[in-house]
Formats: sequence, structure tokens, C-alpha cells
Amino acid sequence: MQLIINGATHETDVDEDMPLLWLLRDELQMTGTKFGCGRGLCGACTIHLDGRPVRACLTPASAARGKAVTTIEGLSKNSDHPLQQAWIKHNVPQCGYCQSGQLMSAAALLQDNPNPTDSEIDRAMTGNLCRCGTYPRIKAAIKSAGQFVNAAGGNEDA
Amino acid sequence: MPDSSKQIRNVSRRSFLKLTGLAAGGLVLGSALPGWQRPWASPTGGNSELNLFISIAPDDTVSIICHRSEMGQGIRTGLPQVVADELEADWQKVQVVQGLGDKRYGSQNTDGSRSIRRFYDTMRRMGASARTMLENAAAQQWQVPAGECKATSHRVVHTPTGRSFRFGELAAPAASQPVPGDKDLQLKGSDDFRYIGKPVNTVDTPAMVTGAADFGQDVSIDNMLIASIERAPVLGSSIKKLDDSAARKVRGVVAIERLDGGAEPPLFHPLSGVAVLATNTWTALKARRKLQIDWSDSDHLGHNSDAYLEKMQQRVREPGKTITDHGDVQKALASASRDHEAVYTVPYLAHATMEPPSATAMTTDSSCEIWACVQDPQSVQQHVGNALGLEPEQVRVNVTLLGGGFGRKSKPDFVIEAALLSRKMKRPVKVVWSREDDIRHDYYHAASAEYYRAGLDSDGRVTGWLQRAAFPSIGGTFSAGVDHPAGFELDLGFADLPFAVDNHRSETQQAEYHARIGWLRSVANIQNAFGRCSFADELAHAAGKPADRFLLELIGPDRLVDPSQGDYKYGNYGEPLEKFPLDTGRLKEVLRRTAARADLTLRGDQQSGNGEGWGIAVHRSFLSYVGIATRVRVQDNRLEIMEMHAVADVGLAVNPDRVKSQMEGSMIFGMSLALLGEIRMEDGAVSNSNFHDYQLLRMHQSPPLEVELVDSQEAPAGVGEPGVPPVAPSIANAVFAATGKRYRELPLKKHLSIG
Repeated sequence: MQLIINGATHETDVDEDMPLLWLLRDELQMTGTKFGCGRGLCGACTIHLDGRPVRACLTPASAARGKAVTTIEGLSKNSDHPLQQAWIKHNVPQCGYCQSGQLMSAAALLQDNPNPTDSEIDRAMTGNLCRCGTYPRIKAAIKSAGQFVNAAGGNEDA
Repeated sequence: MPDSSKQIRNVSRRSFLKLTGLAAGGLVLGSALPGWQRPWASPTGGNSELNLFISIAPDDTVSIICHRSEMGQGIRTGLPQVVADELEADWQKVQVVQGLGDKRYGSQNTDGSRSIRRFYDTMRRMGASARTMLENAAAQQWQVPAGECKATSHRVVHTPTGRSFRFGELAAPAASQPVPGDKDLQLKGSDDFRYIGKPVNTVDTPAMVTGAADFGQDVSIDNMLIASIERAPVLGSSIKKLDDSAARKVRGVVAIERLDGGAEPPLFHPLSGVAVLATNTWTALKARRKLQIDWSDSDHLGHNSDAYLEKMQQRVREPGKTITDHGDVQKALASASRDHEAVYTVPYLAHATMEPPSATAMTTDSSCEIWACVQDPQSVQQHVGNALGLEPEQVRVNVTLLGGGFGRKSKPDFVIEAALLSRKMKRPVKVVWSREDDIRHDYYHAASAEYYRAGLDSDGRVTGWLQRAAFPSIGGTFSAGVDHPAGFELDLGFADLPFAVDNHRSETQQAEYHARIGWLRSVANIQNAFGRCSFADELAHAAGKPADRFLLELIGPDRLVDPSQGDYKYGNYGEPLEKFPLDTGRLKEVLRRTAARADLTLRGDQQSGNGEGWGIAVHRSFLSYVGIATRVRVQDNRLEIMEMHAVADVGLAVNPDRVKSQMEGSMIFGMSLALLGEIRMEDGAVSNSNFHDYQLLRMHQSPPLEVELVDSQEAPAGVGEPGVPPVAPSIANAVFAATGKRYRELPLKKHLSIG
């Protein structure tokens, strides 16, 4: 099976029903996409498929054939996505485990809507759990990053 | 293909540094190495060791070992921040190295909100000692008196002439200087602090936002097998019959192995189970579902958590075992003009760290190497050593980042699983716990019932206070026959009553364990503060006084309280009362500030049960004082938290931003348990399985949060846990203000829908 992940082509030989999560983590050693629940309930494994956020734990590898897969490692070429910068500015992460998924969900939101309201942010982010409780900082960071996305346009290199 | 991804990541990180203006070798700290293979504790080439925690390279890089585990509290920033300050190091040239498990560091048991309070002084001395050695080395080079040489910002300057050496130039000669004794150390004055008390950014954040940070689940080593384990659903049960023929046929399955559970008490033994070992996680998970296992009976098969809590509620209404008894409670209650009583319950709770437990082991006949997300690597050395017949020193423990800990990852059962399986397979094995494994096989926070009764005089003052607790003790996990709450659990917000009441008695009632019971963030303070702070609010209402005024009276004059009496010796979180007193003055100050953030006159409609209200609760735990003020809205039986405020006196805040973030996190952790958290057991087995039926607070339920830190130069106290206990009672008190309805059973979703 041939897949395009973060702009690079990968040949893999795995069962077609293997979720992208395990293909990424076990076969490609791209461990930025996290395992949290395996049931699409926590959002820690959020990636983009053709720019849309999906849960990698529920997406079979075969569903990504012919589509662009973007993971946290490919969110920006230079680790400088406005959200990544805002996350540092607001010192968002605590343990950090859910943050890849939070960033990928937030990036998809800002792609559509650079100036989301509180309730729009809630709607887009409610599927991403954070046990440490970084929600207020995530919200603040999304708001401050939105301005930059607005000015520069999205910069996902999928 | 792994190579291409690593290449991308390395390029990204270099550019990242440039773009964020962070110096290389500074704040990304070891994450510049690809993957798990970074040598967490290997010294970099040419480093000179000045002491156990500090080494310096000729290029000026100062490596500081963090020997405590990072699980989101920011300790990999906080402790090195203290060292760097006393060392006069430039933070941009500091690299944090994670310490291996090693008893030379002292305790590495990262729980109990202890890291800063136990090691603040030690880390200052480590920094000051290395600084003195650098200054002495410079004096020797210049042949001048040491008193003329002063370290400042990564150089040692000869004050009379202004000439200077870089730290890197002095590293080798400094390392051969004699280590100064404690009395020869000059610690900095607080006015000279460069980093202590400042909101230094978290060292791991850049790696966390690019996916480069490595957690236990991310470990990958050559030739490794992945194990997924089906464990006995009921404690004490074992494999009666196994049919693994279908599982063995799944492509990629390498082996299926049995793990024997230990006898009770549960300790840190792995549970009985069947491990499917495969070349990738997906295969292991898939094949595991094809196992056919009959489990043996267990004494705990009849355990039903609802019935158990019913029974505890009855028991706490009956006289129990007396722990402390001051004055004459019976007489006070009999002569009171008003008498009020209530019973509060909290269910079993699970830790639900976002990263489910995971450990990787490589075991040989004479050694074992571990890579794992553990809170206590020395406990891993000990218990893995016991399981394998090795000495602790033969077990090398690499500590990864922890995707949350909250007490779960100080229990090394999951690490022992990996070590035993690696020995059987003669190759490296990574044990991956699924979310279902995590929810169903936790060391649970105890289900509890607590009874409170008080008498009020005609002025609405409390004259007698009786309290009785029943919950399965953590002690039962470690010793047979423990069936009452233990003294160390009564220290946590129960027998340490800070109230000026002459007549008060604390009792316990019997509570047997039927599951592995463990410590979860703030431990018994959860149920103890829920009971105490809810009941105090009930009494305020009964007395017809505003909650803050009533509480100020109840706490009484400024004084230092020693709760010990007779056989009951108050533990004070392992610290002397002289250094960390139970100070009612500090509690009252936090209370006043908390109340100032609330409108305690706001009352909803008691007829309709709709409206808005504020609730407050204040509680001392882990030597810190925290107040929570909450505004809620209840409409049509739907509860919404509108805003929440924390006021915290934690003594000196080494990193105020991380203290605030811990308080924010505590409020959200506290809301999860107050509103939603409940583990249920039926026929001895946990009936929850994942986040749909063990719910955590989500962003849309998370209100605006504010944190106020009391400016303090008192000794730094606990931070990670003390924010949690007052959250649940402040919410219940607010709901009462809003509706006139008192809820004494957690979680509140039993009574209200949660907005």
C-alpha cells in the first residue's frame, strides 16, 4: 500500500484494516500521534486527511490511499505554525500527551475559521480530552493564533 | 521510512530554535536527539562532574539532572531552575537531563506533591556548591583569594580587576576542587534570585508541540515485541481454562504467554492474565479479542459498588473506632440548641491518565533495562528486581516523560509485566495498556461514606463536632487484614480539624477492600474535604450566617494546630510542624480572599430549583492552603459551572506560572470528579471501560478560571494536589445556594444533567 504522509510517499505492507494510528506509530515510528482510547473518544490521535481532522485510531490505513495524510510532525515545515508558536507563548502543555491531537484539531478549525468564537472553539475542540486541564490556555492560544492564520493564510504543508 | 521522518523532525527542530529565538542546547533539552534513544542520563562527551546533579562541558553547557519524574507539573523546569539560580548559570546554556533510577539521588518517588518542598533546599545547596567550586578554581588559576572571585551569569569574575573565565573554561579544574561543606556555602538572598520565583517557560514545551516528546507509549527498540494482556476481570481470580487457538492463527502473533497473579494482598503484583505478543500493537489487540478464557472464582465476585456504598452509609451512622476525642462530644451534642447531621459519599475513581500505562523491558539472566513512564524508578528497581531475582542495582530504569501520572504510575505492576514477558521471550517486550485495561485494572481511589454531626448553640456557634469515615484503605493493598481507614488517610483533611471547637471526635468504621485501592491526586482529601467543607456550609445555613463569616468563626483565632492526640500521631505530610505548621491564620487569609471573589448573598429560587449561586470551600492539604469560589447556574435540572476561582497560599512559588497551571489543572480535575467521575463494580468487575462511560470534563464544560497566588516567602509547600480537594464542595455549596437543594452524593450527574 502506498501512502502520502506529510508530503512524503511511504510504501507499507500492513493489513488494510490496521488503523492509521498503528501504522504511523509502530511501522513508521512517527509517534507524535498518540494512543489515548482506541475508540475515537479522546482525540489524542487526531490527524488530517486531505486537511480534515480525523481520528487515526478509527481510520483504516486503506482509507488514506490516494489522500494526503498530515500528522503533528508535518503540521508546519519549520515547527512554526501559528498555533505551535501560540502554544509556547501561552505555555499550554502540562504533561503534553494530548497536545498533538489538540493542535491538529485546532489547526483544522482555524483553516476554516480564523476568528472562532468561544462556542465555535468549544464545538471544534470538545472531542479532545485533556486530563491535566489545559483547556483555558488552549482556548486562549487558539484565539491569539487565529490572528496570524488570518494574516498569513494556513501554512499546512500537506 | 523511519529515517525520513526523523530527518524532517530534526530539520524542523533546528529551524524551530532559530524561529523561536531559543538557543541550541538550551530549552529543547535533549529532545534534539531523535526518538527514545536519547541517553537520558548519559553524560555528554568531555563533561566535568561537579556533583551528582551538575556537570559542565567545555562549551559552557551546564547539564542539570532532574531526578524526579515529569508528568505535567513542570518539575523538569522547576528543580533545575533552582539549581541554575544558585549556580549563577545562564538558563539558555542549561540542559536538563533526566536521572536514571538511582538511590544516590535520594527519593525519586514523585508523588505527594513533594518534589519542590523536599528538594528545594538540596537543589540550592547543589547549585551553591558547584558555584563555590568554580569560584575556588578561578582563584587558584589567578592565584588570588577566593573571596575576590564571584560567579555571575555563567562566568567567574575577578572583582578587583574585572577579568573573567567562562564556566566551560573552569569546568575541569573546578571538578577537582574539594567539595565545600554545607557551612562553607553561601546561599543567595532572595533579592538576588534570577530564576526562582519567575515564570520560566517549560523546558519540554517545544518538543511537545512538534510531536517529538517521548512518552512511555512511544518507546521503540530493535527486535521488540508488543504485548497486549487480557487480565482477570475480578481481583483474585486466575486462569481456569484458556483456548488460544484462534488468537495464535492471527498473522503477526509471535507468542501467547500466561502471567500468574500473586496472592493477596495485591501489592504491585501483575494481575493474572494472558499476554498476546506480536510484532505490532494492532495485531496484539486484534488477536487478544480471540482469546477464550474461563476465570476462576474469587472472594470478590459478590462485590457490587452501589450495594457497598449503601452498606458504608449505614455503617457510618453507627459508633465506630475512636481515633481522637477532644472534650465531651456527647454532652455538647445533647445540650446543643440545634443538632445537624449528614452523610456524604464519593464513588470509586480511576486515574485515567491520557497516556495509558506502558513499559518496555529488556531482560537477560543478569540484568534488566526498563524504559517506562514511571513516577518512582527506584520502586521499579526494587519490585522488578524482586520479580526477576535480581538486585535493584541490576535493574536500569530510564524514565520517559509521563503522559499524566496522578498516582497511577507510581505503581509498577505494568513494568513487572514487561520485565517478566521479556525474560520469557528472551527479547525486548513493550507492554501496551489499552484504555479499557486502564479503566478496568486501576488502583482505584476508594469509594467512601462519611458521617458528620454537629451541635450549634443559640448564637449559631459550633459546640460539638462528630465525624466518622468508612472507606477501604490503601493499606489493604499492602497488608492483609486492613479493614478500616488508616491513620495516614485520616491525616488528609479528616482528623486534622482546623476548627476552634472544644468538643470533637473522629471515628472510623469498617470497610473491606474488594479491588486494588491506590492513591489518586490528593488522595483521601477528596472525600474528607467534600464532607468537611460541605458540612460546614450546611451548618452556616443552619446558623443563618453567610458562609465566610461562619467559617471565620469556626476556624477561630489565629493559632498553630497540632492534631495529634494519644495514639493518633499526625503525619503532616511527612514534614515537621515546626517547618510547616497548620496555621489557621493562613487558612483564614485564603478564606477571606476566596470569599472576596464570590457573592455569597446570591440566592437562586428554592421553589423552582433554578437560579445562580456561589459556593466557597477552603482546605489545607500537602502543607498548602487553597480556597475555591464557584459560580453555578442551574436551570431545568441542568448544572452549568459559570466561573471558578482559586486562591492559593503554597509558600514560595518557585515557578508561579506552573503553580497557576497546576491550580487550573486541579480545578478541572476536581470538576471531573465532582460532576462526572464514577467507577462502578458489578459482580466484582468494573463495568466502565472507556471515556464514554468514565467521563472527564471536556472543553465546553470548562468555565473561565482564575488563580490568585498569595505572595509568600514561607517554605515552598505542595502544589500538584492541594487545589483538588476544595473543588467538589465549592460546587455542591454553590448548587445549594442556587437551588436550595443539598447534594451529598458524588458525582453530581447522579442528580443533575451536566452542561
